[in-house]
Amino acid sequence: MSAVIEEHHDHHDHKPTGIGRWLFSTNHKDIGTMYLWFSFIMFFIGGALALVIRAELFQPGLQFVEPEMFNQLTTLHGLIMVFGVIMPAFVGLANWMVPMMIGAPDMALPRMNNWSFWLLPGAFGLLLASLAMSLMGMGSAPNFGWTFYAPLSTTFGPASTDYFIFSVHMMGISSIMGAINIIATIMNLRAPGMTYMKMPIFVWTWFITAYLLIAVMPVLAGVVTMMLTDRHFGTSFFNAAGGGDPVLFQHVFWFFGHPEVYIMILPSFGIISQIVPTFARKKIFGYSSMVYATSSIAFLSFIVWAHHMFTTGMPVAGELFFMYATMLIAVPTGVKVFNWVSTMWKGSLSFETPMLFAIAFIFLFTIGGFTGLMLAMTPADFQYQDTYFVVAHFHYVLVSGAAFGIMAGVYFWIPKWTGNMYDESLGIWHFWLSVISINVLFFPMHFLGLAGMPRRIPDYSLQFTEFNQMATVGAFVFGFSQLIFLYNVIKTARGKSVEKATSQVWEGAEGLEWTLPSPAPFHSFTTPPQVK
Amino acid sequence: MDIALTGTVPQLYNPSAGEISERLGTIMSAPPKQNHGNDANKKVIIQLMFVVVGMFGFGFALVPLYDVFCDLTGLNGKTGGQVVMPAEMKVDSSREITVEFMASLNETMPWSFYPDVKSVQVHPGQPMKISYYVKNDTNNEIVGQAIPSLAPGLAAPYFHKTECFCFTEQILKAGEEKHMPVVFFIDPTIPKDVNVLTLSYTFFIKPGSEAAASLTDNSKHQDL
Repeated sequence: MSAVIEEHHDHHDHKPTGIGRWLFSTNHKDIGTMYLWFSFIMFFIGGALALVIRAELFQPGLQFVEPEMFNQLTTLHGLIMVFGVIMPAFVGLANWMVPMMIGAPDMALPRMNNWSFWLLPGAFGLLLASLAMSLMGMGSAPNFGWTFYAPLSTTFGPASTDYFIFSVHMMGISSIMGAINIIATIMNLRAPGMTYMKMPIFVWTWFITAYLLIAVMPVLAGVVTMMLTDRHFGTSFFNAAGGGDPVLFQHVFWFFGHPEVYIMILPSFGIISQIVPTFARKKIFGYSSMVYATSSIAFLSFIVWAHHMFTTGMPVAGELFFMYATMLIAVPTGVKVFNWVSTMWKGSLSFETPMLFAIAFIFLFTIGGFTGLMLAMTPADFQYQDTYFVVAHFHYVLVSGAAFGIMAGVYFWIPKWTGNMYDESLGIWHFWLSVISINVLFFPMHFLGLAGMPRRIPDYSLQFTEFNQMATVGAFVFGFSQLIFLYNVIKTARGKSVEKATSQVWEGAEGLEWTLPSPAPFHSFTTPPQVK
Repeated sequence: MDIALTGTVPQLYNPSAGEISERLGTIMSAPPKQNHGNDANKKVIIQLMFVVVGMFGFGFALVPLYDVFCDLTGLNGKTGGQVVMPAEMKVDSSREITVEFMASLNETMPWSFYPDVKSVQVHPGQPMKISYYVKNDTNNEIVGQAIPSLAPGLAAPYFHKTECFCFTEQILKAGEEKHMPVVFFIDPTIPKDVNVLTLSYTFFIKPGSEAAASLTDNSKHQDL
C-alpha cells in the first residue's frame, strides 16, 4: 500500500489498474461509481421480484407462486429496494458530487469510505443467499414483510431470519460510516469562502440526511439485536409470555422507520433543487427557506412515528398528537414544492431529460404527499390501513419520488462523470415510457385500496381484477423501460458515437463541480478553489 | 479504530498543518486554531460515535421508557402490580360496577383455563375475591405465566389487585388442577362513565419450557 501512495505523490493523475483499483479504492469517484452500479444491479433484482409479484396478481387465484413464496417475494422486494437501491444510490451520488461541489480533494475519510462500500455486497449476499436457499427448497427466506413485525419475525420467523438480522447489522454499519464520512467531509473540507449558507442544496440535504442516518440506524441495529436475543438467548422484549410486548416492536421499529423514509427522500429533494435552477436558468427561489424546510422535515420526522400504528389501540390523545404532527410536515414540504415551482416561474425553461424527470418528480411526489395527508387522518387511516391505498402512496413517493430523483441526477451528472453526453432521444424515450407506465402501474392501486383490497395477499376477489390487470401491464412496461436507461448509461460510459461534454455541460449550470473538466479528473481539487 | 480510520490517504491532497489551519479558520469563520486536518476529522468521528452509541442505547432504553409511560398513563390496559388495600377505603355504595372475567390461552398452551364466575357486581372501594380454574391436561410438568389486561384501558389505573396468580409463575404437574384466587378492588375515584370493566388473562408457556409442551401434543391425542 505504501508503495502505491508514494507513486501517487509523483504522478498526480495515475490510476491504479485492475481489480485492485476497485477493491482497495480510496477514491471518492471510484467508490461512488461502485455504489451506483451496486444500486443499479439491485434495482434490477428487486424489480424482477416485483414483476413476479405483479404477474401473480394479474388475475385472481394462484398462478405462479405459492402464498409462502409470495410473502418472501414482497419481503425481499421491499428490503432490496429500500436498503439496496435507494440508499446506496444516494450514497453513490454523495460520494461523486459532494467533494466536487464543496471544492474538496476527496472525502474526508477515504479508507472508511472503502469499507462502507464493501460491507454492502456482503450484506446483500447474505440476504439473497436466503432467497437462493428458499428456491432450492432449503427452508423459507424472510417472509414477514420489510417491516419484520414481531412475533412474525421472532417466534414465527424462519431460520433464515438470522441471515436477515446479520445482513441488517452490516448494512447499518455501512450506512453509519457513510454518514460520518459525509458529515466530516462537509464540516472540514469546504473550500475557503464556502460558508454553510453558500453550500449547494444537494450538499445541505445530504448533510441533514447524514445526521438522520446517524440518529436512527443505531436504533434499527438495536431492534434487530433485540429480535436476535428474543430468538436465541431467552429474552422477552417482544414476547408477552416473558413480560414483553409485541407492540413495543412497532414503536422501536417506526422510531427508526419514519426518519428512514425522509432519509430516502431528502437527497432527492437536493437533486431536484440542483436541476430545476439549471434548466430554468435562474437562481433557486428561496434558498434559505429550502434549508430551513429541510431541517424542519428532519426534526418533525422524529415525532410522528406512531402514525404507522393508529390501529394498535392507542388512546385518542395519542392519535390526535400524531395526526397533527404528521400534518404539520406538509407545511415545510409545501414550502419546497412552492420554491421549485417559483424557480421555474418566468425562467427560460428547456426540457432535457434531467428536467423532465425533475418536473415529473415534483408533480408525482406531490400526489404521493397528498395521499400521505389522507393517511395521516386517523379516522380515514382506519379504513385505508393495510390496503393497496398504502401501497399506492408509498410507491408514488419512493418510485416517482426517490427513484425519479436518482434517475434525474444520473442524467444530469453523467456527462460530468464520463465526459460524454448521454443519448438525448433515448433519455426522452425512457422518460415518457417510465412516467406513463408508472401511473398505469400505481394509480389504479388507489382505487383498489379504497375498495378494500388488502396488501401482501397473493389472491383477491373477482371485482378487483381489472385494476390489477392494468397495474400489471404498467409494471411490465415500467420494468422493461429501465433497460433503455441501462443501455443509455452503458453507451454513455463507453463513449462511442456520442457527443463529448464541455466542462460546464449545461448552459445554466452553476457551481464548483462545473468548473472541473469533463470527465472530472481522478483527483478533484488538488488546490482549494476560492469561493466568493 | 480512530487512528486506522482517520489515516487519510495522503497522496490525494496533503497540505501542511499551516495551510489547513488557515483554511479551517476561513471555513469555520472562527479564530484560526492550530488544528491539523486529521485532528478535525478525528473530533467529528468521536462526536458522532458518541451519538451512534447513544442512539443504540436509546433503542434499548425505549423498552423501560415504554413501560414507565404505560404505567404512568395506564395506556395499553396494563394493570399494576400487587398493592395493599388501604385501611380506610370508603366504599361508594351508590354505584355498582360490573366486572367481567375472561380467560384465554396462547396458541400452544395445552391447559384448560376459565374463570369460576363470568362476572360480578361490585361497589367501588369494596374488596372482591374471585377465582380462576386451571388444569394441566398433559403428562408433563409445565410452567405458565398469566398476563392480565383490562378494558377499557383508561380505567386500568383505578383497578387494583391485592392478590393474583399473575404475579408469579404457575407450575402445574402432569394432570394437576387448581382454583387460583384473585382479590381486587376498584378505586372510588373511577370516572362516572365507566360501568363495565373486563379483566382478561392469557396463559403463556414460560419461554424455555416449550419443549415440554410440544412433547405433550402427542400424549394429548393418545388420551383422546
